[in-house]
Amino acid sequence: MTPNSALQLQKLGHECLIEAGAGVAARYSDADYEKAGVKVVKTAAALWKEADIIAKVRIPTEAEMKRLTKDKTLISFFNPAGNDEGMEAAKAKGTNVIAMEMVPRISRAQKMDALSSMANIAGYRAVIEAGNNFGRFFTGQITAAGKVPPAKVLIVGAGVAGLAAIGAATSLGAQVYAFDVRPEVAEQIESMGAEFVYLDFTDETQDGAATGGYAAPSSPEFREAQLAKFRELAPDMDIVICTALIPGRDAPKLWLEDMVAMQKPGSVVVDLAAERGGNCDLTVMDEKIESKNGVTIIGYTDFPSRMATQASELYATNIRHMLSDLTPAKDGKIEHDMEDDVIRGATVAFDGAITFPPPPPKVKAIAAAKPKAPEKTPAEKAAAEAAAARKAGRQQVTLLVLGGLLMALIGMYAPASFMQHFIVFALAVFVGFQVIWGVAHALHTPLMAVTNAISGIIILGALLQLGSGNWVVTLLAGISVLIATINVVGGFMVTRRMLQMFQKS
Amino acid sequence: MNASDLLTAELQTAAYIAATVLFILSLGGLKDQESAKRGVWFGIIGMAIAVFATIFGPGVAIGAVLIITIAIGAVIGAMVAMRVEMTGMPQLVAALHSFVGLAAVFIGLNSDLTAHHFPTHAEEVIHEVEIFLGVFIGAITFTGSIIAYGKLAGRIGGQAMILPGRHVWNIVMVAASLVLLAMYMQGAGSWTLYLMTLIAFVIGAHLVMAIGGADMPVVVSMLNSYSGWAAAATGFLLGNDLLIVTGALVGSSGAILSYIMCKAMNRHFLSVILGGFGNTTGPAMDIEGEQIAIDADGVAAALDDADSIIIVPGYGMAVAQAQQSVSELTRRLRAKGKTVRFGIHPVAGRLPGHMNVLLAEAKVPYDIVLEMDEINDDFPSTDVAIIIGSNDIVNPAAQEDPNSPIAGMPVLEVWKAKQVFVSKRGQGTGYSGIENPLFFKENTRMFYGDAKKSLDDLLTRIT
Repeated sequence: MTPNSALQLQKLGHECLIEAGAGVAARYSDADYEKAGVKVVKTAAALWKEADIIAKVRIPTEAEMKRLTKDKTLISFFNPAGNDEGMEAAKAKGTNVIAMEMVPRISRAQKMDALSSMANIAGYRAVIEAGNNFGRFFTGQITAAGKVPPAKVLIVGAGVAGLAAIGAATSLGAQVYAFDVRPEVAEQIESMGAEFVYLDFTDETQDGAATGGYAAPSSPEFREAQLAKFRELAPDMDIVICTALIPGRDAPKLWLEDMVAMQKPGSVVVDLAAERGGNCDLTVMDEKIESKNGVTIIGYTDFPSRMATQASELYATNIRHMLSDLTPAKDGKIEHDMEDDVIRGATVAFDGAITFPPPPPKVKAIAAAKPKAPEKTPAEKAAAEAAAARKAGRQQVTLLVLGGLLMALIGMYAPASFMQHFIVFALAVFVGFQVIWGVAHALHTPLMAVTNAISGIIILGALLQLGSGNWVVTLLAGISVLIATINVVGGFMVTRRMLQMFQKS
Repeated sequence: MNASDLLTAELQTAAYIAATVLFILSLGGLKDQESAKRGVWFGIIGMAIAVFATIFGPGVAIGAVLIITIAIGAVIGAMVAMRVEMTGMPQLVAALHSFVGLAAVFIGLNSDLTAHHFPTHAEEVIHEVEIFLGVFIGAITFTGSIIAYGKLAGRIGGQAMILPGRHVWNIVMVAASLVLLAMYMQGAGSWTLYLMTLIAFVIGAHLVMAIGGADMPVVVSMLNSYSGWAAAATGFLLGNDLLIVTGALVGSSGAILSYIMCKAMNRHFLSVILGGFGNTTGPAMDIEGEQIAIDADGVAAALDDADSIIIVPGYGMAVAQAQQSVSELTRRLRAKGKTVRFGIHPVAGRLPGHMNVLLAEAKVPYDIVLEMDEINDDFPSTDVAIIIGSNDIVNPAAQEDPNSPIAGMPVLEVWKAKQVFVSKRGQGTGYSGIENPLFFKENTRMFYGDAKKSLDDLLTRIT
């Protein structure tokens, strides 16, 4: 809770309490909270006793679980899959527990998705930590003191943390490459300014939509292809940031010892998966180590705490959104609606029963990949292309034959002089088609005006007839000259007027 | 005074070749805005060379009358070109087309009046067909352009006038012309030619009368094409290669423009030319929801919050002469650091490229004015889309409702923007007369009123 979110919570009809000194690390003093109308409670024990809803960050300890009672609601990270004791305790106490990491990944719930908020911070901070331990610039520079190549950064896993890391690294000026097992994120990676590392592996592509936007384990063959690609990249990469996690499993080993050995001394590996064993072979949880060849490997797990103010702000907002969903009437009364996808998904213990794992949400997390009809095999594609080419070819041949026959027909009867004009005509039509296709859409009106002026060339015909002895002919030719001149002069002038208006910003 | 000794026929041909090359360069120069300015000069020089080479070449008498005629024509042309409003450009282009058509008719008639001797019968036949063809195309161009001018200038109602059995009428008239051609070739006399000219006048007028206002871009470019073919036919008639080449260039240019316009409306050329919409197979989808109005304050507030804005102008902007206000709005929003761009549909307005010219006139830089294909993917990441006087080209029914008369027509996907404002005079439908579900979408707000007045109102709230 921040003083700011406290104000919002009060608007929902809640009364806010906070443990004394809780905001110190994030630079919020107790006085700030009091100013925002928050009651500062001296000890944690007293707070747990007094409050009906307890919101915290870390998984509650055994002692804390003991303080729960039936009428309380706990909102916190809970690790329901690996915290059987906690779950049993909640069940025994009859407390309602909302686990923040269980908030489903659907659009509506994004505002309370604390995992994403924290991953965002971790991704950013990972780049900063890497920079802190990296002895060179990120951005390439050409200075009087010599040329500095840009740092090359590889991001493994383009989830929220990965994307945040891409953003931070590119804005520092590094050349960023990113890899993910889900090919559909290529677009997101590229939109952040990094280059997607494509894998030449066609057999199996993961559809992240089926797994709620998370990655799933990959086949051994795929893994081999992936590792081979990494080995190819390793010698060039100055900074590697690993963020690959698979829900409910140990982190996959993706940056092996031999890859670290290939890296240049002074390179940095930041392993955001350290808490789950790390993506890198050498990672030591919560520590920064240096490999034999001088590569720094960072295995910190407390990135959000290293940016306490930012983390508190985001987490407080997530909690506030959760609470506002829990108090739809804004009257300070909790309404724990188990029909609601988001609340149901995040609730792991309710009314003395364990409600984990939740049923699949009614709304699918992400629209399934578009029904891309069965991917065509290269052979089929080639066949289709060949067929299209044949069809176009047949059409062209038919046209040419027809055209040729027509020409022959005309040639049989028409005199030579006509045929010569006809050649000129046919060629001019072709040239016209070729030239006009190149005209910019925006210039279609000037094109019409200028062709209009040029079609005033008909004045030539009128000029040639002026000399006739017949007065009717001379009169008609005279009128033709007049109006054709209007056409020529008017057409060109108006085109010029239009074109002069077009200007670049 | 006869100047036939100034230039020999060979020199004249050389000059014609130069003029041809210059015309091609002139059209080719239109591939972008900068080279286009040079291109026009090529065209002007080419035309000057062609005219002088003809006047000083064999067979043309230079007299005071000729010079005065040309001078009068030039003055009228210059005055028209200086005075015309950019919004009146479609009418002007249509009016100029009619001149070429009329000149072609006169030249054809003249050729009939002048006595000719042909060594062979075949040459005589060809000559007669050429006269007929030149006059026929010229006459259709002439009346068609006049009707198009009337419709564009608002002198004639923009609605399609559809006579019962109009296709039958057209076929009968074309058939009658063919019969007259046969009679003419049998030596039935000049009256057949005159009668055919009258019939062709009627065909031209009848064709264009049946076409509605929204299809005018196709009609104008089609007439452009016809005027080219008429010039080419005249060239055959007179055995003048320069006329043939230039006519063919103009003719193919107009044909391509018509093709592009038709493709942009997802319709067949024939269905446009013959008028009326294609048949639909079922009732149109019902539209649910209501149109929600908004005032200038609301729009100003939303624009203030927006970072990226796309403006989609249509014919309504031209009618209200609102391009200056649009430009001013763009300038102010850009000064605040917002991204403002324009999305132009190929058939927006009444002339191909109409909107581009209007925006250019109002000094909107052309590099922020984008084509439909360039900008359509950007709507989902756009905060605000402003629709100014366009309707059918932003109608989602084209994609969502297979029974809609405009189903399948490529449209600007404005409804994908976070918020859409529609500046519109009232609750009426577009030229195609179909309801626009866009106006009923949740993220759409209607900003009723004359486009210029609403925008000026908005400008007072944005500094």
